[in-house]
Amino acid sequence: MNVVAFAEQREGKFKKVAFEVVQTSKKFADQLGASHVTVAIGDNLSSALALLAPYGASKVITAEDPRLQQYSTTAYAKVLAEIAKREKADIIFLPASQMGKDLAPRIGAKLEAGIAADCVALNLKGADIIATRPVYAGKALIDVVVKSAVKIFTLRPNVFTATPGSAGTIASEKATVELTDADFTSKVTHVSVNAGRPDVTEASIIVSGGRGLKGPEHFHLVESLADTLGAAVGASRAVVDAGWRPHDEQVGQTGKTVSPSLYIACGISGAVQHLAGMSSSKYIVAINKDKDAPIFQVADYGIAGDLFEVIPALNEELKKSLGK
Amino acid sequence: MKIIVCVNHVPDTETKVKVAPDNKSIDRAGVNFMLSPYDEFAVEAALKLKEQFGGETIAMSLGGDTHKETLRKALAMGIEKAVLLKDDAVRDSYSVARALADELKTMSPDCVLFGKQSIDYYDEQIPGLVAEFLGFPSVSVIVKLEAKDGHITCEREIEGGHETVETKFPVVLSAQKGLNEPRYPSLKGIMAAKTKPIEEKKPAAYSALVEVLDMKKPPPKAAGKIIGTDKTAVPELVRLLHEEAKVI
Repeated sequence: MNVVAFAEQREGKFKKVAFEVVQTSKKFADQLGASHVTVAIGDNLSSALALLAPYGASKVITAEDPRLQQYSTTAYAKVLAEIAKREKADIIFLPASQMGKDLAPRIGAKLEAGIAADCVALNLKGADIIATRPVYAGKALIDVVVKSAVKIFTLRPNVFTATPGSAGTIASEKATVELTDADFTSKVTHVSVNAGRPDVTEASIIVSGGRGLKGPEHFHLVESLADTLGAAVGASRAVVDAGWRPHDEQVGQTGKTVSPSLYIACGISGAVQHLAGMSSSKYIVAINKDKDAPIFQVADYGIAGDLFEVIPALNEELKKSLGK
Repeated sequence: MKIIVCVNHVPDTETKVKVAPDNKSIDRAGVNFMLSPYDEFAVEAALKLKEQFGGETIAMSLGGDTHKETLRKALAMGIEKAVLLKDDAVRDSYSVARALADELKTMSPDCVLFGKQSIDYYDEQIPGLVAEFLGFPSVSVIVKLEAKDGHITCEREIEGGHETVETKFPVVLSAQKGLNEPRYPSLKGIMAAKTKPIEEKKPAAYSALVEVLDMKKPPPKAAGKIIGTDKTAVPELVRLLHEEAKVI
């Protein structure tokens, strides 16, 4: 049996989720007695490959080409599917990142492989991997089994652990996959990066604001608390729909579903569709005037008080304790 | 230009999900269904492309008779025709995508639009599967769309930023919130939708590649504690975050 892990990189740097995918897939390969290969696609990757070793990668296949430096759905899909075929992959692991979620269905269709997407837990039962994944934005969880010969699992970022161990040696190999212009019918020509804070789907801490902030001019309270913690800024649907915050910060059923280790909800009452998107956070803090707000039912720690007083005090206290 | 928007009929976002006795699906009793929210952005994008290029717009959905309600909503917004691939069977994303692609192939579309994901099964895989089955390029999770002289420039959302993607027709696109402001159906539109045709077809059956074994509610969070009602609780909160939760 052969396991292939796709290690996502951007700008020549492996994403944190790439380490999560490598380590998790290696664990299952070992349990299944399968071989394990990590695949990286991009350009000039050789110097970064050693970083994969502490997470269990020992064989890495790279496809390197200046045209692959930026993501292209069609070209990446061709390269990854081709390498998976050559390696006789039975199981392919990808991240459920924006790249992985875009790439997985292309590979699935090419290889007639069923996809368990956005997995939050994987468990071995006999020779089957049972995948747990959220549906209805996390209002329910389903356990699924993939029945096709080739199986694809995409892993939600931030859920599976990536703990570096002792690094072995890496045997790397360059794969040649012939690419023509016809393989680049969609291609990325420019990437713009939001300045400063991490993205809500990748952050280990999120500070989120809602209607209780009373206006966009008060969001600096949330932002400054986030900056103290190196956290992402999130927002409720109400404040995004009101135009206070950009939609890429929205957490909930029509926004992002997140699982940080700490979620601080400020002035968010906790509509059912918001709770769906964040209640799998490991720890939840709620700061809200209304002690009966539903957010307190999922919060580990709550302060039922005036956020205009509590947030600045919390920020000061954290700065002190973090030595900032 | 032939523009086809694929839509799904899903439980309202306000729904509190209950698991059905089969432990594999949700209890549909008392649940309101609606056009999947991201699909509204796809419908709006379809109408905008038609305004720019002319041609025809078609809404398509795969599911039971109740999906006609959602197709009528798309028609009320201004889509001209609708196709229901009528099927009550439970399908996985692969078999839905295969059946949609079979039908789309017979229609020779220039542009196929989806919402970035259906808010029920939530896996974001169908647009990409359909694109691959059709052999079309695709751009997912788009927040900006400009088409000119056969060239398409999209912006798609990625972690902490945006990608500008160039592609061309025929294409599959999936819409993210922020792409546009979906129009409300006018009264005239709603009336007109009642007489617009919904063609019913039987989609091909495909075996599922992914099988649902079990559905459950996420484990309930243990009741949390309210540690105070003003800023005097802050030092205790920070202590708990340090010592009990160990998250900072």
